[in-house]
Amino acid sequence: MDLQSSETLQITCEEDLVRVRQATRARAVLLGLSLVNLTKIVTAASELARNTLTFGGGGTAIVATVHNGDRPGLRLIFEDHGPGITDIELAMKDGYTGGKGLGLGLGGSKRLVNEFEISSRVGEGTRVSITRWK
Amino acid sequence: MERIPILRMGDVLLVSIQVDMHDRLAQTLQEELAERVVKDRARGVLIDISVLEIVDSFIGRLLGRIASISRILDAETVIVGMQPAVSITLVELGISLDGVRTALNVERGMELLASSISLRTQE
Ligand SMILES: Nc1ncnc2c1ncn2[C@@H]1O[C@H](COP(=O)(O)OP(=O)(O)OP(=O)(O)O)[C@@H](O)[C@H]1O
Ligand SMILES: [Mg+2]
Repeated sequence: MDLQSSETLQITCEEDLVRVRQATRARAVLLGLSLVNLTKIVTAASELARNTLTFGGGGTAIVATVHNGDRPGLRLIFEDHGPGITDIELAMKDGYTGGKGLGLGLGGSKRLVNEFEISSRVGEGTRVSITRWK
Repeated sequence: MERIPILRMGDVLLVSIQVDMHDRLAQTLQEELAERVVKDRARGVLIDISVLEIVDSFIGRLLGRIASISRILDAETVIVGMQPAVSITLVELGISLDGVRTALNVERGMELLASSISLRTQE
């Protein structure tokens, strides 16, 4: 699986969340994702980018085109050097929020994509990678 | 400052969301709508989201809050024009929009509001 082409976006303010959504959408259109799949990954991108900003204190989003054999896909990687997540299993649960959200961002994003990977170290930061195949 | 226009049609305030809103702008809309409901003595609020390409948990929560605030101020909210792909995604995300009335398009939404306003006026 190779990272064919990608772009990196900074996430430091609310306007950056709009930019992450737009970059995700543009690449999904380029890849020819169906409207439903496009909507799903842009929504997941919005959730994860907001977590990066709100809880991670800002970070980066990598928006990349990837291939699995002949099958193209869209991969997004969100990374921050914030406080990290103590209990990932708990954070993934629907309805769990450490802030004042609905606690749907992580669990919901996982349902909206084909692949979801999260890793986090307390005091070091959090990294979430999602992929939607065409 | 950037704002989302709020139009008035009789008893109803009409908001047509035309852009991918950043969070602060969405928040502003909630506050301005509450003020306008009181100032214009509106009985209904119609929010057209047909142009919105996604509704994430933030916007979903905001729509729910707008409906609750309006209800307390004696106005009813109807959300219209949600794209099918958006509704599928919302459900999968886990947002049910409980307590928010929806209609297919502006016309149906206005009908819904008109009949519920006249019902409430008779009471
Ligand atoms: N990048 C991150 N850094 C540190 N903590 C995080 C990060 N992302 C998520 N969390 C923690 O995981 C919890 C759950 O996240 P999730 O996105 O599911 O819900 P939420 O953001 O609280 O609410 P919602 O997304 O519904 O608005 C957060 O409340 C936060 O405590
Ligand atoms: Mg979240």
